[in-house]
Amino acid sequence: MREELLKIIEKNSRVDLKDLAVILGVEEEDVVKELEDLENEGIICGYHTMINWEMTSMEKVNALIEVRITPQRGQGFDTLAERIYKYAEVNSVYLISGGYDLLVSIEGKSLKEVSNFVSDKLSTLDGVLSTATHFVLKKYKDHGTILTRKYEDERELITP
Amino acid sequence: MKNLLSDQVVGLKPSGIRKFFDIVSERKDAISLGVGEPDFATPWHIRDEGIYSLEKGHTKYTSNAGLMALREEICHYLYRTQGIRYNATNEVIVTVGGSEAIDIGMRAIINPGQGEEVLIPQPSYVSYEPCAILAGAKPVIINLKAENEFRLTPQELSDAITDKTKLLILPYPNNPTGAIMEREDLEAIAKIIQEKDVFVMSDEIYGELTYKGKHVSIASLPGMQERTLLINGFSKAYAMTGWRMGYACGPRPLIEQMTKIHQFAIMCAPTTAQYAGVEALKNGDEDIAEMRTAYNQRRRYLMHAFREMELECFEPYGAFYVFPCIKEFGMGSEEFASRFLEEEKVAAVPGNAFGDSGEGYLRISYAYSLEKLKVAMERLSRFITKLRNEKS
Repeated sequence: MREELLKIIEKNSRVDLKDLAVILGVEEEDVVKELEDLENEGIICGYHTMINWEMTSMEKVNALIEVRITPQRGQGFDTLAERIYKYAEVNSVYLISGGYDLLVSIEGKSLKEVSNFVSDKLSTLDGVLSTATHFVLKKYKDHGTILTRKYEDERELITP
Repeated sequence: MKNLLSDQVVGLKPSGIRKFFDIVSERKDAISLGVGEPDFATPWHIRDEGIYSLEKGHTKYTSNAGLMALREEICHYLYRTQGIRYNATNEVIVTVGGSEAIDIGMRAIINPGQGEEVLIPQPSYVSYEPCAILAGAKPVIINLKAENEFRLTPQELSDAITDKTKLLILPYPNNPTGAIMEREDLEAIAKIIQEKDVFVMSDEIYGELTYKGKHVSIASLPGMQERTLLINGFSKAYAMTGWRMGYACGPRPLIEQMTKIHQFAIMCAPTTAQYAGVEALKNGDEDIAEMRTAYNQRRRYLMHAFREMELECFEPYGAFYVFPCIKEFGMGSEEFASRFLEEEKVAAVPGNAFGDSGEGYLRISYAYSLEKLKVAMERLSRFITKLRNEKS
């Protein structure tokens, strides 16, 4: 049940417990128990909502920043990654193989706010060698969800 | 001009589905539970392969029986899922949907006008009976029963066989009932089929959509491969209905004659679709598993909803249909379906569209999102509560 449950709520965390139990073919209390276990084990880390902010009046600017850093003795990249991810502006931090070390995604209210963060906070950190900032112009697909198009059922109403 | 039309064709009953379709198409605001095709789009990697084949300029006919690469993949697939070995060179033909295979299979088997009998278990897909008639056979209907979960029992089969019986249609997993035939069910009828020397046309288009164990093909049973035409296709398993891709596998002499008809009537299945089909069979197993999981969740949801509203329905383990019984309401399937459409704006297909034995039942398709099914079940519950109150 575990994997199937995770796949369902990864797509839709709002599905109610009773329905979850029905579609998984188990008892409701089993679902409750499993969700608790998954939360306690840190497998479920949160229940978020996908929002297409572009459709709202809120101004949001997203940027992906390539960061090259010097690993520290005994700690590798972890300490510096931690210093970076603690900033509220930072959405995600990944350690990356290839031409740079960390991929940091940032969200801010304006271009200025994001560039200030990069020039004042990020690039001045000890151990950061260089940064390259890429502003996001348009999101086509995020977290497996296509944002640009709505699904239309083009099937005939009745077919054999 | 007099006598323009063929009496035989004019005499064919139009499909019961067609009749209901005309009623439904006037209700644009209705929720439909009436389709016999997946709600998923064809997985992108399969579509991409079709596009790529066009870019490369693969726009010519293929060999009549289909691309060799595709026939080989079909053989691999049937070996890995059923353990059946077919020779890609002369025991496989790629057709325009499973429907073409049904048609040309019958025409290759039947001697027209000699009273050869084709056994058709019903309720079942709408084209077996007309195809049998057009091929010049005498269709003999076996009326399946809900108490057997619409499986074909050895007794029903024995009772229907005469010395004129040539072919048995075996439509499992079944549209519209969702019934399946498990290994022991198949073994029981295989014995009779061999004793009575009958040939089988096994339509396994919904084979991958089986929710209790794995689908078993009758062709995989001892002594059955040589007397079975196995029909399958890409429409349901890979959500590829619009590509029109099916296939048939069977004994070489039969496939050769079917290929002859196919060659004269069709030439070959669409080339683009054939290239996409190769990709589907090579890399599509995970897509099938994912869609099957989703269908199974919906199936559980509907069965649960029926239990809650105390609507009688056997638990179906195949295809994407449930077939609840509506006999308690004292009206026919068509009246029930029309009123359900009229009063609650939900379209489901009356069971008698699939044969007389479907009277008293309703085909509900779960090729719809859970959200949609939920709304539809709320309306069904309200509707039958109303009917029950009217009665009491």
